[in-house]
Amino acid sequence: MSRTIVIDPVTRLEGHGKITLKLDDAGIVQDAMFHVTQLRGFEKFCEGRPFYEMPNITARICGICPVSHLVASSKACDAILAVQIPPVAANLRKVLNLAQLVQSHALSFFYLSSPDLLLGMDAPPEERSILHLAHSHPSIAADGVALRQFGQRIIEIMAGKRIHPGWTIPGGVNEPLSAEKRDRILGMIPLAVAAIQRTLGWFRKEIEKFSAEIEVFANFPTLFMGLIDDRGLAEYYNGALRVIDSEGNIIAGELDPAHYASFLGEEVEPFTYMKFPYYKPLGYPGGAYRVGPLARLNLAGRCDTPLADAEWREFRATSARPLLSSFHYHQARLIEMLHATEKIEALLADKGILDKHVRAIASVNNSEGVGVAEAPRGTLIHHYKVDENGLIRWVNLVIATGHNNAAMNRGILQAARHYVQGEHIAEGMLNRVEAVVRTFDPCLSCSTHAMGQMPLTVELRAPDGSLVREVRRG
Amino acid sequence: MSAEANIRTLTIDGADISARADQTILEAAREHNIAIPTLCHLEGLSEVGACRLCLVEVKGARRLLPACVTRVEEGMEVTTHSAKIDRYRQMILELFFAERNHVCSVCVANGNCELQNLALELGMTHVEIPYQYPQLPVDASHPRFTVDHNRCVLCTRCVRVCSEIEGANTWGVMGRGAQSLVITDLKEPWGESETCTSCGKCVQVCPTGALFEKGRAGTRTAKHPEFLPYLRIMREGDQP
Repeated sequence: MSRTIVIDPVTRLEGHGKITLKLDDAGIVQDAMFHVTQLRGFEKFCEGRPFYEMPNITARICGICPVSHLVASSKACDAILAVQIPPVAANLRKVLNLAQLVQSHALSFFYLSSPDLLLGMDAPPEERSILHLAHSHPSIAADGVALRQFGQRIIEIMAGKRIHPGWTIPGGVNEPLSAEKRDRILGMIPLAVAAIQRTLGWFRKEIEKFSAEIEVFANFPTLFMGLIDDRGLAEYYNGALRVIDSEGNIIAGELDPAHYASFLGEEVEPFTYMKFPYYKPLGYPGGAYRVGPLARLNLAGRCDTPLADAEWREFRATSARPLLSSFHYHQARLIEMLHATEKIEALLADKGILDKHVRAIASVNNSEGVGVAEAPRGTLIHHYKVDENGLIRWVNLVIATGHNNAAMNRGILQAARHYVQGEHIAEGMLNRVEAVVRTFDPCLSCSTHAMGQMPLTVELRAPDGSLVREVRRG
Repeated sequence: MSAEANIRTLTIDGADISARADQTILEAAREHNIAIPTLCHLEGLSEVGACRLCLVEVKGARRLLPACVTRVEEGMEVTTHSAKIDRYRQMILELFFAERNHVCSVCVANGNCELQNLALELGMTHVEIPYQYPQLPVDASHPRFTVDHNRCVLCTRCVRVCSEIEGANTWGVMGRGAQSLVITDLKEPWGESETCTSCGKCVQVCPTGALFEKGRAGTRTAKHPEFLPYLRIMREGDQP
């Protein structure tokens, strides 16, 4: 493998993953690397485009979470317009963003991870899929499909289509919500809440079988970062960034997301196209942090909706300090789905949600704009610079999966050290290493057609770099 | 000359048709609900025969003729659809797509684009001609409108509407062949044009996302060129 070329800009995200494990003479894993081997190029080819095209262009980064990019991008464009968008527009974007969270979490939990959880890490690979679950655990599979549909339907009702809708625009949203649409969404909520609660019920029992995995699935101290509102509660659209350490101490309480570059650095490693963001005051790699569902629930004061708050309290009561094993991302995802569903209901129950003034109109008033929102996988940052006519001159995207890059790499190393013995790679080991990555729900999985597994290559290399064994799947 | 003497009889796709002598094959066909694809043609504007998508077969003619600029003649036998015509039209359409950077998924005109609609109508499934990927500028200097040459098909509707309807003559064409660009004034930035009245007619008649209103990207805004014939009629009524 060539290790000599560093390509900048690095944009990526979805795509194919590769893991390299380096062994010493005794066959002990010395190093592990998680490679993202695809270059996407968005940061470069957006240059020269009118800034208001950015929500639409960047939404194409991902077919799973296009809404997250729409929202972060629209916020960056709002900053270029230098407008405060109408409150109803912000609330409509929030609903859309939360619906996105539900459908993406449902995909991650049910389609990608639940086969491991229900059938076991050592189940035959051909059985570890949502299709098999439809036979073995039909009601759970049905809940998964229904919850994904719930999120996607909200997006479709509000924004016109499920994937890559163009409804969120600089300055607000494209059209007001009708009472009929609102009522259709509200009508779907009780079933969604019931399905999430059923899932939390069985997950709490299943998790007891995974104490060994919890121990070694990226279970180590890191910082955690995520948005909070002005009360310190979980926030997905606005707010300030909070950073906590592994003991739960708030080391940065209210960082302004617009100034992310002053406290977040990005390191480049030669073995992957994915950058390694870190918290600048602690340097690299000491400033590695995690984002996403687990981070958000670790650092927020609580969720701010009754059912989710009850779940959050129980979840957090299992540990005096922040939960450190990435295995807990799964449960955090379920709690967030519950919170998002309750929050959607609360936002839609407000009469003001039907307000017709949904867009602020302005031209270019700032040469630079940063938009930050919580995507399903964590904090998403869009940063643009434009010329006087609003044509893009420079783009930086810091994507949720990237924040977790360092933790994913360390997590793979931890799991590999535990499970890989000598030269022998058992299928179950491969799946566990894969499952560590999957707890983070990196966007790599989005672009694959396989269900429940990524096209993953594990290479076992001797100290001299020679390939001992390679296992491929996908 | 009597009214009868001005009438021509011809066949289009085997159907007997009569048309006025000053009508084109395209006008006669459309009056009789016979579909011929067009791109540069727009009712209310003069014809230029630029896009060649309206090519038809005329018995006795050695080559295909553009229906928009070919007048009907007595006894003409016109065929609007055949394997050969379909092949030509497909090729022309592919050339349009290959010539510049048409990326429907992120285009402001997605869903309201005449080029995109033609691709659907003519069943274009892929482009065999290598894409040229030219590096073309975007002029966003106008306060309300933007021109993106990446999406321009050089139909010159903007040039014609600006000249024939608005009378401003802001738009023109520079260069030759595929290197041609529509320009404002003497290639000044649109925002600095002294002749542009900011009427927006060019934006409304543009068949693609080359000319569009600012801030509307991704919102699938339909264009409304249907005002043209009315404007034209009203203005002709004003003539002394």
